[in-house]
Amino acid sequence: MIKTKKRVDRLLTFNLPLLVMLIFTLFPLYWTINTAFKHEGDIIKRPLGYVPASPTIDNFVTAWTNVGFSTYFKNSLLVGVCTVFIVLILSTLSGYALSRYKFKGKRAFLLMLLCTQFIPRSMLIIPLFIIFKFLGLISNPLSLIITYAAVEIPFTTVLMNGFISNVPRELEEAAMVDGCNKLQAIRYVIFPLLVPGIVATSVFTFIYTWNEFLIALMLTNQQGKFTLPVGLSYMMGEFNINYGALAAGSVIALIPAVILFAYAQKHLVNGMGGAVKG
Amino acid sequence: MNLRQELEVPAVSTEKKKPLKKFKIDKWIPYLFILPSTLMIVTFLFYPIGTVFYYSLQHYDISAPFYNAFAGLDNFKKIFTEDKLFFPSLLTTLKWVVSEVGLQLIFGLTAALLLNQKFKFRGMVRSAAFIPWAISGVLASVMWSLMFNEHMGVINDLFMRLGIISESKAWLAGSTSAFISVVIAELWRGIPFFAITLLASLQSIPEELYEAAKVDGANRVKTFLYVTLPSLKNTIVLTTLLRVIWEFNNVDLLFNLTGGGPAHSTTTLTMYIAEQAVHGSNFGYGSALTVVVFAILLVFAIIYLRITRYDREGN
Repeated sequence: MIKTKKRVDRLLTFNLPLLVMLIFTLFPLYWTINTAFKHEGDIIKRPLGYVPASPTIDNFVTAWTNVGFSTYFKNSLLVGVCTVFIVLILSTLSGYALSRYKFKGKRAFLLMLLCTQFIPRSMLIIPLFIIFKFLGLISNPLSLIITYAAVEIPFTTVLMNGFISNVPRELEEAAMVDGCNKLQAIRYVIFPLLVPGIVATSVFTFIYTWNEFLIALMLTNQQGKFTLPVGLSYMMGEFNINYGALAAGSVIALIPAVILFAYAQKHLVNGMGGAVKG
Repeated sequence: MNLRQELEVPAVSTEKKKPLKKFKIDKWIPYLFILPSTLMIVTFLFYPIGTVFYYSLQHYDISAPFYNAFAGLDNFKKIFTEDKLFFPSLLTTLKWVVSEVGLQLIFGLTAALLLNQKFKFRGMVRSAAFIPWAISGVLASVMWSLMFNEHMGVINDLFMRLGIISESKAWLAGSTSAFISVVIAELWRGIPFFAITLLASLQSIPEELYEAAKVDGANRVKTFLYVTLPSLKNTIVLTTLLRVIWEFNNVDLLFNLTGGGPAHSTTTLTMYIAEQAVHGSNFGYGSALTVVVFAILLVFAIIYLRITRYDREGN
């Protein structure tokens, strides 16, 4: 009696809510994939098919070659990789300074980083447009790379500060006794030990650039320079929407973000917990 | 002897100088290291924000540059007296932020509590539950638009099979149903943020606290109210504050799912600014709206931190 009661209790307070949560989370993903593999006619046919009757990759071919997703993909990749590169170098340096030195103005620097977290992103779009128009960088990937790096650096600096603080100071002192200078000690001793932190920071930054919409929309007005979110949004706004290609394009845009996320998820949870707590 | 002395003198003096010079460089290293980041942040975050305040006091229209001039408070006057969209958007913003942050917190906390239990395949289930966090607002808009669609949407199909509705509805066309639909879609994307941060926080609660509660004979509800919740307080305060700012500014779904419509029923203040910025050309007016939004958020943040007595030292 008691055992069944316990089992019913666990079913109602744990298994059932967990199941509902997972269905709510995963069903939209499933439905998009399902739509992406359907023939054009099957998509609007009733009763709706919950599995594609005869799966096809036509939509993917259309999205990649005719609608321009190969271009959007390349643009997003270029912006993402360059931003990650800049963010890694700058935030490792500033994170190192925070973790290893006491200096005048450290609190002010930290306060500045904190302040950036409260800047509404939407506040930036008009002035950034004016600045980059002045610099002649509208529809140039450079404008996005610079903006994204500036937006991400405060958070990644705090992340890197945490990761660097976990590396014992003695290691780099030993390297310097052996004749390395500061930068060499960072490059050959600290850097290899920071790999998990670097992976987390890179993934975090890359996913942000991969997903960012409003700034990219504002700073890009040539279709050839669209990133994936802007391209998807453009496609959604068209009069005759090709739903199959739209779904296929979404799956294409989805894959890198989800794979990276799955790979670095554990580091992210730890890093984010630390950042929110610290 | 003479020669030797002559040689020695400079030798001594360089030795004296060397440590001094090195000391100086060491002192400058941290500043050198934070310089590039600081430059980036100041040039591309703080400077632009500063110019918003400047432009808010200007007549600045990129399509009619001949009329650009100092405006004084004209833009602000227009916002509060003439603009028919300002106050309705403010109300929509309030509804949007309260429902999003409230619901995300409740479901996010529930998810974190569930995922903190011990069960089979916990790692995989956690990853699956967190996936929407990595998905962009535009992608989420596409996914949910495929589901909400009147003709091919799965929600109509499911609801008809279950007998909830008798014929297909255009969910994004009615003002109330459009608002609820966008709220649900954004909820889908927002829950994992709370689940991740609260889960991390849950894991740091010492086991002894729970054991002590058990010894004292506390039941589940009491343990939750007197042990779990107080331990999560600082995380909850900080994440909700960050989330309020985030949702206030987040237009990805509104922009792509409803475009602020029908009849402006889903136009939040930020959506209104984005519309002005992307489709309009009156940047002076847009900047003034932005300044108003900034003021609202600033006042909110200060009041919120005061009321909740967010305690930094405790962390």
